[in-house]
Amino acid sequence: MRAVGRFLVDFLVGDDWKVAASVVAALGLGAVLAAVAASGARWLAPVAGLVVAAAFVAGLAVDVRRR
Amino acid sequence: MSATWGLLAGTFTASFVEFVEALTIVLAMGVTRGWRSALAGTGAAAVALAAFTAVAGYALVTWLPRTALQLGIGTLLLVFGLQWLRKAVLRAAGLKALNDEEAAYAEQVAEARAAGTDERFGLDWFGFVVSFKGVFLEGTEVVFIVITFGLNAHDVPAASGAAVAAAAVVAAAGLVAHRPLARVPENTLKWAVGIVLATYGTFWAVEGLGVFQPGGGSLDWPGGDWAILAVLAGWLALSRLLVLLVPILARRTAEPAT
Repeated sequence: MRAVGRFLVDFLVGDDWKVAASVVAALGLGAVLAAVAASGARWLAPVAGLVVAAAFVAGLAVDVRRR
Repeated sequence: MSATWGLLAGTFTASFVEFVEALTIVLAMGVTRGWRSALAGTGAAAVALAAFTAVAGYALVTWLPRTALQLGIGTLLLVFGLQWLRKAVLRAAGLKALNDEEAAYAEQVAEARAAGTDERFGLDWFGFVVSFKGVFLEGTEVVFIVITFGLNAHDVPAASGAAVAAAAVVAAAGLVAHRPLARVPENTLKWAVGIVLATYGTFWAVEGLGVFQPGGGSLDWPGGDWAILAVLAGWLALSRLLVLLVPILARRTAEPAT
């Protein structure tokens, strides 16, 4: 079981947990926006895409500052 | 037609890079722990991958609503793609060593030589397990790439064919060279594949966010599938900008506060 767990972590998280965390945080925020926005709102997809990009930049900035 | 060529090229390149990494591991195990165990591990991983693809593919397509499928697969692709893009940006900015299959090979060989002997079912267990894990881990990423690109272009067989062709080319090259494929421009390929995976991951995961809306249908991108090009251009521009900005941030962080 432990080996399976390690494999899943290797597979899903990779060697930098901040990338996976930033993706989950961005999509979590996107989910909240989707839940509160009117159905068919045209701005929603581009804004959610920008949130993903912003989360990636934030994760990378944390990474660089720690080096 | 051009979409099919794009699908073939994207899947082939992404799969090629994954298989080059798997080859390095299998070669290291074959040379140090014996070819029987390394090839048995590779074969077992191929069988496990086929079973995983059949079960996961059937389960995903049959039981998951389309939007949930887009969100799940898109999220995985985003994580894979952004991991690659992060490394590519750090490498291009000079903050991370370039990926070197010769060095990775030397590291694997040293670990394999240091490991103790444990024989099970007539196989060297270390060589078998490391080969199995390496091929299965890299192969699972290929499976997700094939499923995503294939479903998106409505041509899973073409995507599967491209991945199989990549595996055949890497295996043949490994057989001929009998050493890691160090001359492959892996860093450039990884950057390109990272952009493509991040693009499809963003497009699909965001569409899949529609599962949280009343009705649960996919979110619409302005311009439909053409938005993929805009997302691709966005990741391309952002990654180039980060290559310029990251060293500046690193220098400022390194400077002592006055």
